Amino acid sequence: MADIVIIGAGPAGISAAEVLCAKGLRPVLIDEGAQAGGQGYRRPADDLALDMNRLMGSEAGKYTALHRRFEMLRPKIDYRPRTLVWAIDGSQLHLLRDGQAQTLDFDKLLIASGAMDRVAPLTGWTLPGVFTLGGAQVALKDQGCLIGSRVAFLGSSPLLALAAKQYRDMGAEIAVIADTTPLAAKVAALPALLRAPRTLRRGIWYMAASLRAGTPMLHGVTPVAVEGENRVEALVLRDKRGREHRFACDAVALGYGLKPETQLADLARAEFAYDPGFRLHLPKIDGLGRARPGLYLAGDGVRIGGADAAEASGALAAHAILSDLSHPQDIEVVRRLARRVKRLRNFQRGLARAFAWPTAQIAALSDSVTLCRCENVTVGAVRAEMCREFGPIEVNRVKAMTRCGMGRCQGRVCGPALQEIVAAEAGQDGALAGRLRGQAPIKPIALAAAGYPT
Amino acid sequence: MDAPKAQFRRVAIRAGQPATLSFEGTVIRATIGDSVLAALLESGALIRRLEFGAEPRAGFCLMGACQDCWVWSAEDGRLRACTTPVADGMTLFADPQPMAGGHG
Repeated sequence: MADIVIIGAGPAGISAAEVLCAKGLRPVLIDEGAQAGGQGYRRPADDLALDMNRLMGSEAGKYTALHRRFEMLRPKIDYRPRTLVWAIDGSQLHLLRDGQAQTLDFDKLLIASGAMDRVAPLTGWTLPGVFTLGGAQVALKDQGCLIGSRVAFLGSSPLLALAAKQYRDMGAEIAVIADTTPLAAKVAALPALLRAPRTLRRGIWYMAASLRAGTPMLHGVTPVAVEGENRVEALVLRDKRGREHRFACDAVALGYGLKPETQLADLARAEFAYDPGFRLHLPKIDGLGRARPGLYLAGDGVRIGGADAAEASGALAAHAILSDLSHPQDIEVVRRLARRVKRLRNFQRGLARAFAWPTAQIAALSDSVTLCRCENVTVGAVRAEMCREFGPIEVNRVKAMTRCGMGRCQGRVCGPALQEIVAAEAGQDGALAGRLRGQAPIKPIALAAAGYPT
Repeated sequence: MDAPKAQFRRVAIRAGQPATLSFEGTVIRATIGDSVLAALLESGALIRRLEFGAEPRAGFCLMGACQDCWVWSAEDGRLRACTTPVADGMTLFADPQPMAGGHG
């Protein structure tokens, strides 16, 4: 029997494993987390008195169903939680669990690595109390904690209003919901958003809930700074008319939508192409999720589509695996899944216009702003290096010269903003700025664990 | 710590065994099941100081991606606070510590 390995136990990985199990196969399901569900459907530990039904709101049914399905699935698969895949070498994975290194061979590999927040830097964003928007939700779902008592939500994302609602429901004060994209862009994107009316309705409902609660909600803002001495004390913004506002707060949740975690796809030798709509370099896949022979990519780890698209794309990729293993195909099921994935991912394209990545604001950041949190590299240091005679105009060269993106997060945090700074400084399109390459180990591990004597 | 005000605010009680840890010599009470990061930020501690210039940091992504919440243990070396559960008796520091059994 072929060895099928799935990386990531979120909605995509779980759905893929189900499809494979239904055909009598027993995939390995590897997950870095302690609990299945991924980030969005993250399940708190049983000892935490958190009302997940209330927190998940309209998605509570799907959340409960996914975890129930996983419990049914669990005895039928080789489930390996708390396991990091830190390198891929040909058809062998390098794993780390409880500090111990292992290898695992595969015939077919499905990567459903999920996504993280895309963030734009601003003055003061390294202060304690500034967290990603996704992180603000993880603090709540995983630890039963709010990131602060009076929280400002900044960025451009429909999840700003959702997270603010969850926080308000749990007793937080919301200082402001500030979105950098003008309201007019949201109205202009409405026709595209009507492709998923249920999701659209939910988004509008979250915004309406914020209005009802009297939370200031601004569109088209320009972030000025997070202020404070050794911790967050205020968020300063300019509104669309250029007037400056100061919102006192003790935490800031920062998020400009999600970006796929593509490091493993990179190590598995997927090809990448620049997507001008999302302004991201994304792995190339066919309609079913094949990246190259034996490699399949699904969920938000390859294209941002949300949990529903992740489930469908995971199942679809599993059908591609079955087809490649010469199992008979249910063409109608595959077609239906493919249509659903396409529709939901197209909806995200509409969202990317309604909640835009603020390229012009990033290009206009002042030289003093920290760009790379790991290596403490400023926007100005990158510009200065590029301005030299024969200076670099491509992100990997800029990284080599400045160390921006070379730190322990491998450019996961600064990469998208670095791309915009480099593109603007070189006067070229985002595609030409290049792509930060993934490197093993994709997350820092101890040398001893990798088998080196210390 | 000069900033005793907590960063995190707990809104859901965790039922579990109590755990006591120390961070930079300060005693911190937590519950088994808490992440190191949640335990520290609930108590008002910072997490780490940046290697360049010693400015305070307290994590960022909270999902194991940014690596900006490393703390140091004399026994186990470097720990990523957001994904490491607390253990009773942990002794943690904001800066790298010499390790008993060689550096990992």
